[in-house]
Amino acid sequence: MSSTVASTGTRHGTLGTSASRPDGVAKVQGGFAFSSDMWADNMLWGATLRSPHPYARIISIDVSGAYAIDGVTTVITAADVPGKLTYGLIMQDQPVFAAIGDTVRYSGEPVAAVAADHPETCQRALAAIKVVYEVLTPVTDPEDCISGIAEQIHPDGNIFRHQRIISGDTSVVGAIQVEGMYEIGMQDQAFLGLESALAVPDSGGNGLEIYVATQWLHEDRKQIADCLNIPEENIRLVLGGVGGAFGAREDISLQVHTALLAMKSGRPVRISYGREESFYGHVHRHPAKIWMKHHADSNGKIVKIESRMVFDGGAYCSTSPAVLVNGITHTQGPYKCDNAVVDGWAVRTNNPPCGAMRGFGVVQACFAHESQMEKLAVAAGLSPVEIRLLNAMETGDRMITGQIMDSVAPVAQCIRETDAIPMPPPMTQNADLRTIPGGTGLTALPSNIKRGVGWGVSIKNLMYSEGFDDYSTARCRINEGVVTIKFATSEVGQGFTMLAQQIARTVLGVDDVFLDTIDTQVGSAGSTSASRQTWMSGGAVQAACRAALEKLFDHIAIKNSLSRDGLEIEGTDIVDRLTGQRIAVTAAIKGVDIDCTEEYHHPATEDMDENGQGNCHVAYAFVAHRAVVDVDLELGLVKVVQIATAQDVGRVLNPLAAMGQLEGGIAQGLGLAVMEEIIVKDGKVRNPSFTDYLLPTFLDAPTVEMVFIEEHEPKSPLGAKGIGEPPCISVTPAIANAIRQAVGRELPRVPIRPYDICL
Amino acid sequence: MSINIPVSGAAQSHEIYSLRVNGQLHEVKDAWIGESLLYVLRERLGLPGAKGACEQGECGSCTVILDSKAVCSCLVMAADAVETEILTVEGLGPNGALTDVQSAFLSEGGVQCGFCTPGFIVAVHHLLENNPQPTDDEIREALSGNICRCTGYGRILEAVRTVADQRRKNS
Amino acid sequence: MPVLIPRNVDELVEVFQANPQAKLLAGGTDYMVEVNLHGRKPETMISLRQVKELTEWSIRSTQSQITIGAGLPYADMEHGEIARVVPALAQAARTVGSPQIRAAGTLGGNLGTCSPAGDSLPVLAALGATIHVIGPDGNRDIDFVDFMVGVKKNSLLPSEFVHSVSLPIIEGWQGYAKVGTRNAMVISTASACLVRDIDEGIVTIALGSVGPTIIRAYSAESWLMKSTSLRSGAPLDPSVAQEFGRRVAQESRPIDDHRSTAEYRRHAVGVLAQRLLTRSFS
Repeated sequence: MSSTVASTGTRHGTLGTSASRPDGVAKVQGGFAFSSDMWADNMLWGATLRSPHPYARIISIDVSGAYAIDGVTTVITAADVPGKLTYGLIMQDQPVFAAIGDTVRYSGEPVAAVAADHPETCQRALAAIKVVYEVLTPVTDPEDCISGIAEQIHPDGNIFRHQRIISGDTSVVGAIQVEGMYEIGMQDQAFLGLESALAVPDSGGNGLEIYVATQWLHEDRKQIADCLNIPEENIRLVLGGVGGAFGAREDISLQVHTALLAMKSGRPVRISYGREESFYGHVHRHPAKIWMKHHADSNGKIVKIESRMVFDGGAYCSTSPAVLVNGITHTQGPYKCDNAVVDGWAVRTNNPPCGAMRGFGVVQACFAHESQMEKLAVAAGLSPVEIRLLNAMETGDRMITGQIMDSVAPVAQCIRETDAIPMPPPMTQNADLRTIPGGTGLTALPSNIKRGVGWGVSIKNLMYSEGFDDYSTARCRINEGVVTIKFATSEVGQGFTMLAQQIARTVLGVDDVFLDTIDTQVGSAGSTSASRQTWMSGGAVQAACRAALEKLFDHIAIKNSLSRDGLEIEGTDIVDRLTGQRIAVTAAIKGVDIDCTEEYHHPATEDMDENGQGNCHVAYAFVAHRAVVDVDLELGLVKVVQIATAQDVGRVLNPLAAMGQLEGGIAQGLGLAVMEEIIVKDGKVRNPSFTDYLLPTFLDAPTVEMVFIEEHEPKSPLGAKGIGEPPCISVTPAIANAIRQAVGRELPRVPIRPYDICL
Repeated sequence: MSINIPVSGAAQSHEIYSLRVNGQLHEVKDAWIGESLLYVLRERLGLPGAKGACEQGECGSCTVILDSKAVCSCLVMAADAVETEILTVEGLGPNGALTDVQSAFLSEGGVQCGFCTPGFIVAVHHLLENNPQPTDDEIREALSGNICRCTGYGRILEAVRTVADQRRKNS
Repeated sequence: MPVLIPRNVDELVEVFQANPQAKLLAGGTDYMVEVNLHGRKPETMISLRQVKELTEWSIRSTQSQITIGAGLPYADMEHGEIARVVPALAQAARTVGSPQIRAAGTLGGNLGTCSPAGDSLPVLAALGATIHVIGPDGNRDIDFVDFMVGVKKNSLLPSEFVHSVSLPIIEGWQGYAKVGTRNAMVISTASACLVRDIDEGIVTIALGSVGPTIIRAYSAESWLMKSTSLRSGAPLDPSVAQEFGRRVAQESRPIDDHRSTAEYRRHAVGVLAQRLLTRSFS
């Protein structure tokens, strides 16, 4: 692996260095407390009863059998919800429990929950609850919802959002036209740290503490409070260690159930999902069907794009409207485009609910536009690199939403730097069998293999959009010689806690930075999603530290009779530029008591109008991927050999962490390209286990060669852009394009299956 | 840190047995016979290092050493592990110090969310004990039963190479 | 003790006879999945862990045979002498699950479960393995074809268990191949084991995951023996390999499921047959 970032020689632990993780030692020793490692005295276990039917009316629920089992303490249903019966991030349309007389709308929808003394007792209790369903015919085809022939499966209707983008001159027609109907299967976030929450009720019975692995503490708390009908201040939500998220923890899963069981039983309750339940218990990536048509002049320059995108949001709204907007606003990809007609739908069906997953709608759009770019290249007689360079977006371009691209936009540079990365050596006749498609399955010899190369380039918006003020908050305390930072930013593995220390060390000139508990006893940090936390929570931590530094300078100036204006941090000293006096920060912070809480807001964005016009996104990041893939043409088995990438990161704040984000995202994009899909038939999930939902293993991982493009983003508080999502977006079509080159087929659907390649 | 919650009711068995873990004998009482070794380590013996992410041997997060073999503890019936020597991640480092493998995972960026990490640490220790200078392909195959969703495996490979190099230089 | 722990085969026979409903537990890689995920409630368990005889293996060179204990973990079959004399079994063993699974999984387990996707089973079928069974009424030997009688159905009687498996050591070539959608830890979509016995002039091929039991492609085998000389070093006509593959595919009886389609599985075993046969001649 290679990177162009050399060590800056700055103090270890500050911005730009590969600082150590504050949670690292605990994690390698097995002592880090994930939410599933939490216990309390007198604790009960909880478990959830779920509907097996994707669409059914509940006729009756009889819980008496559960209560008859020794060791069962509590059983709850919709009748036990004291407050709001439904929750949701955008529309509150999702029931805490499906109620008698109402319908369940997806296979796996919660109907009841129990608390008992042992997980096995819980299982027996669930088995003893008798639910009578009137099974109905599920609505599973989004087109039926759009056309209106499907019955309304919810009082709010079957359409979550319908949005058009009409831009420029829609009558323009290209000398070259290429089109395709692309399909993206349902991917799952499949984080390893299974859902778990521990709720501990207050002795007074009017509040609780809840420890949960989640992405947005304050949003969880709000929804819990609404459903429990207690004030938000009476709930302290503490972040339990998070074993990955990737979007699946943005929505409520077990939080309200756990809280309700705790309140009703008066005892601490822990619910922990197993893997199968986890597949049912969280939202997935939207499967989508996207028709796209590119019009270009005879040179290959894009003159218009038409698209129709249909996102299947499943049973409940979650973030579907926002996912759709992300998809359609990224129709043009990282390319100049003056004219566009885009029609986007996010619909409700009885399929599993879908919501946020790393990439958030852009993965789907990018698969379509990068598949199109391959066709356009062929039609224009250009190489994949040439067609993309010809059309590459630049800062100052007008986008199809009317917004002007004001982010740093080094698209051409990303492509050129990726192109400059050496190709891997060809497969030799005595190649190690583990590097051949099929691996130790011994299906192929090198003579059976053909190699293909493919490209994908993407744009991704950062932060929340359409007028949403997703601010963040941080608190910096300097007290008794100790610097402590507090925030509610969810650390999901991406390394924010490490970054927060790096910021504080850099701004304040200290080496030791303590981190307070991540909980709701400080203002909201917004969600750990949308590649936003480095920018937003990094900005908040920086602002809080700077505010604290100002107060420290005030104090030092007075105490040492110095001019306030001359004071600066240099390394670990406060230096007075005027007199040259130097005071070690560690000495300076003794005897002060400073406490600063700051919010960081990004510039406001706008709603989009009915033609999709509006400055709806905050900023953008770019990345190019080149994939080299070996294919067994007769068996359709695939091995991704190398991914080369140049990513627009603004500024590398932590080289090792940045590498980890890129490599990890690439693995997820690879999964979507060739092996990951939740298979749904008639509304039922066919493969809710790791046996049949396949994640890339060590033997599937390619070598990754990466370049960081560091053109500082002036709008970003740290100069850095979010880097979490871009790596998983264009790598999928890059791999698909490589397979297409080897195979010579259109392959319009991902994940590409062996039979797609060879039959 | 462990709470021995007495099991009443449907899951009750009067199972009593002893397990030798990290050199220490632990008595297990009032257990249900179907409890896996993973469950017993975590919920009864105060050793939550091994993690459960799939309960079917498809992820390796629960890897422990049992009689010198790296196995998935979720697939071992705890009551059947009597008379074996079990080593968990908690037993690898002497007196709370980091092993070279643990240090390398940290220095090479091999840890993100950390959920897979204990399983990997145990598997890597086992690999290097049996194959001190593995090739990259041998490393990948030996660790192909440990799933990571965060890192894409690149930094983990680097960590293993680092330890192998260090041990070679020190020998 | 919650789990009964016999110390040798005689004790095992005795305790199993006294508890015919008991479950035998070796590696647990199938059984514990049932307990963890599918609500299986264990009652009487008999551990095989201390019956060391079940992990033994031996080669009887006079009879050109290797006998492998039902309790030997797959990891121990991947290298060394076993791999040298039955390389197809070593190849199959290497594809079982993951390294952690291979450290625990056994032939006895694969035979007990008797899934058509069992990785070692095509090897046992192609080599014509003999399953040595011990029960309350004594010992008996069962040919593999008679042992596996259906999907997850074997012909063991109550209180019988698999003691060991004998495989011939053949002069010639043998190879295994398994198709899966990723390069590690997969349940096979389709698999095949081909054995070319140069002494006898025979090719046998057995297919996994394409029928309710392991399928021997007898018709394709006899066609091949009529079409080409299997004894000598004469090169193989590629069109013969292709036709062999086509005929093998025709004898498969795969189904559609969430892992793959019948059409793909049929196609895949044909390709495997062609390739394995070609390798056996090169």
